[in-house]
Amino acid sequence: MRVSATRRCLAVALCVLAMLLAPQAFAQVSDPTPLQFSDGAEEDRFHRLAAELRCVMCQNQSLADSDAQIAHDLRREVLALMQAGRSDREIKDFLVQRYGEFVLYRPVVSPATWLLWFGPALLLLAGAVVVWRIIVRGNAAEPVPRDDGQEW
Amino acid sequence: MNTPGPAPAPAPGRMPTGNYLFVGVIIFLFFLGLMGLLYYGVQQSDRAGRDALPSPLIGKPAPEFDLPLLHQPEQRFTLAELRGEPFVMNVWGSWCPECRVEHPVIARFALTKRVRFIGYNLKDPREDALRWLEQYGNPYLMVVVDESGRTAIDFGIYGAPETFLVDADGIIRWKHVGVVTDEIIANELIPALELAEAGR
Amino acid sequence: MLVLPELGQVLLILAILVALLQAVLPLAGAQRGKHAWMAMARPAAHVQLVLVLAAFAVLTAAFVTQDFSVKYVADNSNTLLPLVYRYTAVWGAHEGSLLMWTLVLAAWNSAVAGFSRGLPEVVAARVLGVMALVCLGFLAFLVFTSNPFMRLLPAPLEGRDLNPLLQDPGMIVHPPLLYIGYVGFVVPFAFSVAALLDGTVDARWLRWTRPWTNIAFGFLTLGIALGSWWAYYELGWGGWWFWDPVENASFMPWLAGAALLHSQAVTEKRGSFAGWTLLLAIAAFSLSLLGAFLVRSGVLTSVHAFAADPSRGMFILVFLALVIGGSLVLYVWRAPRLAQGAPFAPFSRETLLLANNVLLTSAAGMVLLGTLYPLLADALGMGKISVGPPYFGLLFLILMAPLLMLLPLGPLVRWQREEPGKPLRMLAPWFGLAVVIGVIAFFSAPQGPWKTAAGAGLGAWVLLGTARFAWTRLAVPDRRYTLEMLGMTIAHAGVAVFAVGALLVEGMNVQREVAMSPGQTTEIGRYAFRFEGVDQLQGPNYRAERGHVQVFRDGEPLVLLHPEKRAYASGGQVMTEAGIHPGIFGDVFVAIGDSLGTAAAGPSVAGVSAAAPGPGAWAMRLHVKPFVRWIWFGAGLIALGGFVAAADRRFRRKPEVAQ
Repeated sequence: MRVSATRRCLAVALCVLAMLLAPQAFAQVSDPTPLQFSDGAEEDRFHRLAAELRCVMCQNQSLADSDAQIAHDLRREVLALMQAGRSDREIKDFLVQRYGEFVLYRPVVSPATWLLWFGPALLLLAGAVVVWRIIVRGNAAEPVPRDDGQEW
Repeated sequence: MNTPGPAPAPAPGRMPTGNYLFVGVIIFLFFLGLMGLLYYGVQQSDRAGRDALPSPLIGKPAPEFDLPLLHQPEQRFTLAELRGEPFVMNVWGSWCPECRVEHPVIARFALTKRVRFIGYNLKDPREDALRWLEQYGNPYLMVVVDESGRTAIDFGIYGAPETFLVDADGIIRWKHVGVVTDEIIANELIPALELAEAGR
Repeated sequence: MLVLPELGQVLLILAILVALLQAVLPLAGAQRGKHAWMAMARPAAHVQLVLVLAAFAVLTAAFVTQDFSVKYVADNSNTLLPLVYRYTAVWGAHEGSLLMWTLVLAAWNSAVAGFSRGLPEVVAARVLGVMALVCLGFLAFLVFTSNPFMRLLPAPLEGRDLNPLLQDPGMIVHPPLLYIGYVGFVVPFAFSVAALLDGTVDARWLRWTRPWTNIAFGFLTLGIALGSWWAYYELGWGGWWFWDPVENASFMPWLAGAALLHSQAVTEKRGSFAGWTLLLAIAAFSLSLLGAFLVRSGVLTSVHAFAADPSRGMFILVFLALVIGGSLVLYVWRAPRLAQGAPFAPFSRETLLLANNVLLTSAAGMVLLGTLYPLLADALGMGKISVGPPYFGLLFLILMAPLLMLLPLGPLVRWQREEPGKPLRMLAPWFGLAVVIGVIAFFSAPQGPWKTAAGAGLGAWVLLGTARFAWTRLAVPDRRYTLEMLGMTIAHAGVAVFAVGALLVEGMNVQREVAMSPGQTTEIGRYAFRFEGVDQLQGPNYRAERGHVQVFRDGEPLVLLHPEKRAYASGGQVMTEAGIHPGIFGDVFVAIGDSLGTAAAGPSVAGVSAAAPGPGAWAMRLHVKPFVRWIWFGAGLIALGGFVAAADRRFRRKPEVAQ
C-alpha cells in the first residue's frame, strides 16, 4: 500500500492539509474544536453513522476518518442533524440530496445495485448446484464404499 | 463389476465434456466483460474531472440562501433577489490555487457581460478575500460570503473552484467542479445558457 | 559514481533476451522432445536472476549515492533522507517497486529451476517456459513503459522526497513480503498450464507443487497482515482494514490461494478435483495480476494507488488479457481430458472441501464485484456510487460464517465416506461449550454484544474443534502427527484467533475525541488519560510536536504515551504518529489533533472533568481497542501453519518419474 503524488485530486485537498498546520498567508476559516456529544451513546451512534458515509473529497476515506475541511464541516452538520432529532435514514437522505449516492458507503438497494447485493448469493447458488451435481453423479452408479485404507 | 452394460456415469471430480464447455463459455464471457470494463477504466483514467461528483441538484431549485456581501457586509443578499435572469455562480477562495488558475478565463468571460456573474466566497477570512480580489481583479457583479460553509453544504459544494449556472426561475441547470477553461465555457456553459434562456 | 544508471537499462534488456530464450526453447523442446533445448531452461533462469539482481543493485546504488540525475531517484528521495530509507526508497514508487516485482519473479524462477529435479524433464521444461513468459511480460513492461533508470538532466541539486508515510520500518518490509506472496502464485499457475499442455495431472507432480503454493500463501498472509498493522499504527485513526481497492487487490488472490491449497491437497491425495485445482491456480495468479493492474493503471481511485498513466494501464491490460485469456482457452480445451478421481459420498471430506472451495471462491468473487462495481456503474451511466466497508464487511461475514461453522468438521471426517454421527458426536460437547462461551460473552460485553458473542463463540468453536482433532491424533498409539497436520492445526487455530480479534475489536472498541488542556483527565472504561502538554522536537528531516499523555488503568499508572504530529521539511506534509500501548487483551491508542489555543469550550462527554480547557488545549483522539493484536497474531499463525506444512517430509521425497 502506498500513497501516490496525486495529480488528479482537486488542489484544495493539498491546500487544506498543508494550511491546517503551517501558518500561511491565505488559510481557510476552520474550527478544529472537537464535537461536543451529550453522552457516550450519542458519540457511538455518530461514529457508526460517520463510518458509513464517505468523505466527498478524499480518495476513499470515510467521513469519520478524514481530516479534510469539508469532512469537518459535514461531521458538524451530521451531529447537528442528529441532535435535532433526525433519524439515520433522514440524515443519509439529507446528504444524498446534496451530494448524490456517492456519499453512502452502503449502496442503496435498488435495481441499479441488485447485481451488487445479490450477485454473491447467485455465485454461491451456482457453486452449490455444481457441488450437488458432482456428488449426485458420483452416487448414481453404486453406493460409495468406505475406504478403510486411508492414510491421513 | 466389469460386465458390459450401460456406460457408467463419469466419475466425480470431473465433469462431462459438455459441462466443461458450458462452464468454459460462461467464464469466458465473464472474462470478456471484465476486460471490456477494465478497458473502459483505462480510457477514463486520465480524463480531467473524472473524480468530480455529478450534482444531484441539476434540474432542481437552487437552495434559498441569505448571505452577506463581501464589499458591503451590512447588506445581506438572498436567492430571490436574483430571479428573473439566469446567473452564473463561481465558488472561490483565496486559499485555493486552482482558483487563481481559472481566474483569467472567468474574468474574460465575465467581461463579455453575456450573463450575470456572481462570486461565492467560501470559507475565507474577509481581509484575505478582499486582498485576493485586489491582487487579481474582481470580475464579479457581486460577491456573497459564506464563511462558515453551512450554505455551501446545501448547494452540494465540497471545495473550490466550482461553478453553477442557475436559470431565471432559480433552477440549477449546470455545474462544473474544477477549473473552468475556455473550451468548457464554449462547449458546456454557453449551450446550457442558451437552453435556459430559450426554455423561459 | 562508479556505476552508470544506463548499465541498469542494459542489464534489463539482456534479461529480456534471456527470458525469451528461457521461454521459447524449453516450450518448443518439450513439444518436440529435444533434450538440448529443454536443458536451456535451468541455466537461463539462473542467469536471469543474476541480471535482474544486478539491475536492482544499480538502482539501489543510485539511491544510496543520491544520484539525482536519475529521475526516479530525484522524485523519491532527498539529501535529508536517512540512510536506511535510501535503501527502501528503491521500492517506494511505481518504477522501483515494479523492478522489485520483477526481481521477486526472477528469484522464484531461479528457485523453481533449482528445486525441480524431481519433476520429469518435460514437465519442468514447460513450467519454466511458462514462468519465463510471465517474466518476459514484466521485463517488457519495465523497459518499455516504466524505466526506473530514466535520466533527469540537468540533475537537480535536491530531490523531492520519499513520501513520509513510507519512511517507516513497516513499509520497508511490507512490499517485499507481499510481492513474494503475490508473485509466488506464478508457480502453481505455471504448473497448471504445463499440466494442461501435457493433458494429464499426475498426483505425484502435485506433491511437488504444494509446498510452493503453501510458501507463497504464507508470505502473502504475512504481507497483508503487516500492511494492516502498519496502517493501524501509522495512519493515526486506529483502523486496521478499510476494504480499499488496493487492499482488496491483495485479498482476492489470498482467498483464491486458500481455496487452491486445499484443493491441491485433495488432488494430491485422492486424485479428485484436478479440474478445480488447475482452474483455481489460474484464478489465483490471474487475481494477482489483476491486483497489479488495479494498483498501477489508475483505473480505481485509492489513497494507495500509484499515479496513473493510461499507456501503462493499456500495457498491463493487454498482458492480463493474454495471460488470463490464453490460460482459460487452454483450460476449456484440455481440461476434459484429465483423469477422474474416486467417487465420494455426500458426507465426506471431499464434499466439505468442495464447500470450502465454493465459499472462498464466492468471497473472492464478492470482493471483486464490490471493488469494480463503482466502475461498472460509471460505465453504464448509472452515476457515481460508492461501495465500502458496510457492504464488504456484511457480505464477508455472511459467507465466512458457514465456513467457520464447518471448519472443525473437515479434519475429523474421512475421505470418500463418513458416517455423520461419528464426527458430530466427537464435536458435540465442544460445540455446546462454544455456545456457552458465546452466551457468556453476549451478556458480559460492555457494548456490541452480538459481534462479541459471535467472535467469542465462533473462535472458541474453531479452536476447540481443532484441538479435538489434535487430541484424536495424539490419542492413537502411534501418535503420528506429521508436519502437514501440524501446519493445518496451527493455521486453523490462527483462523480462530483472527476471528476473535476482528469481531471483538469491532464490537467493543471505544473512541473519543475531546479537547484537553494540560492537567485534564478523560476516562474511558477502566482507563484514564491525563494530558500533560506538548513540546517541540526536531527529527532528522522533520519537526514534530510531541504530546505527553499519562495513561492509568484501574487507577494505577500504566504508561506514558508520546503521540506526535510531524511536519516534514521537504513537502510540508503532516503525519500523525500515534502513541500506542500494546497489550495482549487490548491496545490503548492516543493521537493528537489540532491545537485549539484558547478557543475551546469544555467538552461534556460523560466521565470528563467539567472544567473548560484553558490555554494550550489540544484536540485529542483516545481509543481503547480490545483484542486488536489477536488479528495480526492470528494471521501470523496462519502464515506459520503454511510454512510448517510446506516442510513436511512427504514433499521432500522425490516423486517417481512417470513413464
